[in-house]
Amino acid sequence: MSILVNNETTVMVQGITGSTGLFHATQCREYGTKVVGGVTPGKGGTEVEGFPVFNSVVEAVERTKANTSLIFVPAPFAMDSIMEAIDAGIELVVCITEGIPTLDMVSVKNYMHGKNTRLIGPNCPGVITPGEAKVGIMPGYIHKPGRVGIISRSGTLTYEAVWQLTTLGIGQSTCVGIGGDPIIGSNFIEILNLFEKDDATDGIILIGEIGGSAEEEAAEFIKDNLSKPVVAFIAGSTAPKGKRMGHAGAIISGSSGTAKEKQAALERAGVTVIPSPAEMGTTLKEALNLN
Amino acid sequence: MNIHEYQAKDLLSKYGVKVPTGKVAFNEEEAVHIVKDLGGERIVVKSQIHAGGRGKGGGIKLVNNPTEVPQVVSELLGMSLVTYQTGHEGKIVKKVLIEEASDIERELYLGMVVDREKQNVVVMASREGGVEIEEVAQKQPEKILKEYITPSVGLLPFQGRRIAYFLGLNGKVVNKAVDFISGLYKLFTEQDCSLAEINPLVITRDGEIIALDAKLNFDENALYRHPEIEKLQDADEEDPTELEAKFWGISYVKLIGNIGCLVNGAGLAMATMDIIKHHGGKPANFLDVGGGANTEQVTQAFKMILSDENVKAIFVNIFGGIMKCDTIALGIIAAAKEVGINVPLVVRLEGTNVELGRKLLSESGLNIETGKDMGEAAEKVVKASV
Repeated sequence: MSILVNNETTVMVQGITGSTGLFHATQCREYGTKVVGGVTPGKGGTEVEGFPVFNSVVEAVERTKANTSLIFVPAPFAMDSIMEAIDAGIELVVCITEGIPTLDMVSVKNYMHGKNTRLIGPNCPGVITPGEAKVGIMPGYIHKPGRVGIISRSGTLTYEAVWQLTTLGIGQSTCVGIGGDPIIGSNFIEILNLFEKDDATDGIILIGEIGGSAEEEAAEFIKDNLSKPVVAFIAGSTAPKGKRMGHAGAIISGSSGTAKEKQAALERAGVTVIPSPAEMGTTLKEALNLN
Repeated sequence: MNIHEYQAKDLLSKYGVKVPTGKVAFNEEEAVHIVKDLGGERIVVKSQIHAGGRGKGGGIKLVNNPTEVPQVVSELLGMSLVTYQTGHEGKIVKKVLIEEASDIERELYLGMVVDREKQNVVVMASREGGVEIEEVAQKQPEKILKEYITPSVGLLPFQGRRIAYFLGLNGKVVNKAVDFISGLYKLFTEQDCSLAEINPLVITRDGEIIALDAKLNFDENALYRHPEIEKLQDADEEDPTELEAKFWGISYVKLIGNIGCLVNGAGLAMATMDIIKHHGGKPANFLDVGGGANTEQVTQAFKMILSDENVKAIFVNIFGGIMKCDTIALGIIAAAKEVGINVPLVVRLEGTNVELGRKLLSESGLNIETGKDMGEAAEKVVKASV
């Protein structure tokens, strides 16, 4: 087992004829993911790098039986693409696109009410179950199959955590980048819940950052619902107030959303908060009593 | 993105939201003309800078005789206005808003933001106008009403009325308030605001509802569809290096430490600052070159870091994913040749093509320290900075 994606996942790529979309579609396929085709309106009926291209998501689903969509469509058109995937009944949508207007995401979230699609991202590296499926832009080779789950708002910091684990000989069950925007498809709580129920996951690394209150909400959830050990790093202890730190969602507004508040909330929930980002792997190792 | 109060009020007027009559002036002469057009006796002169607390800082003056306006304007223009949001160096006032003074009966609060938890636009209202809403939220949350708006239907009239009654309004002003709130919501959604704050919202003695002050922030991700809003950005209010960084597709935020940071990825860039602090050093900046940076961007990033004269050492922390380590190494070498790096440089490379990257650096003849991991590299750079 694992969460979200596995070797039965069939992926279609929205925006597959763009250079980024095509590059990563190919990379995912090379990793062993079943990438069955893609969508670019107007280019249906053609083929790129052996991938069949369709005009619409509905058509792609009918023909390829894809159950997952990976989106690279540029920000101005991303809301439409996400909604098209939801409308077509795709189970899992992973949106990599960065720079989607916040109010577009408000509309997306509203559109999702009562529908069964799970959205990961946007502005995220995607999801990987090492050795089974890579649905995202992360470098595959740094991962190793194993039993640690990772959830993160950041891309490269996730790679850092993965690499620290792999170097220590510790593998990962699934790594989920939930995205750095203020409004995202799935939050920490939903993914924590999946990891808690996953037989293949023994412990979890949670990587948060300044801005919003998702970590505080996660802390509340962990306190009452998680039996597995969680270690956490919160980026941005040194970030100034009122400045957007790269990610649209990484901003301390007034005095709320600071790293200190988040760390305190997580500690109160029994989470081991890691002071140095160089110690994510070793801290997890101790938490799981691994040798 | 922030804009000035006078720009915000112009926008509000376009959406039918009532603001005091007034206009911006860049010099005394313009001020005199504006005062003449206004015609009234009592005039308010408001410094236009991007910071709150202007009144307490002495940047807002009430003038009871129009002939005194030139004197007041000349005092404000060019002054360095210090408020709790500007830092002790303050901000230079380059323009003032001249308005007719309002006959205030009550001061209220009205704000709109995107609520990240509820994932909807929320309208906040309070009878506690003119004070920091955050303080009210902390100490007396029951004094704030929150109305969440369903995006597909928008703000409904009953929600506007609920806000008006919560604010203690009655009679004809209730309908005026509903129109006011609807206009503000329309502006918020049509122009992709991230914050709209009317503080204070004023009820005048003759029963009008007016935005006495106005603060609008815009979602930078949405600026591509609002070129006219983007034009309102005032370069004087921005850090020049941060503006230049934006031009090159780099995220840069200046800090007050002495260790320059060059990192790929926002999370790792923040974590790099944190680990410097963890080892007793002080980061000079946040810098994310992005996931797909090329040699030119890396060179520009070095130039920005070195333009800060406080920088005593540089920490390059790269986890190559899509961006390959050899690309970064070539960027470092090119930058060293072009700009000359005369402070200690500690480089930590990991990820795609790391061996090639390390080889390029060690053969470059540059004086570069390396760290086997993030922790060791951070220790080295902190040591080099003191």
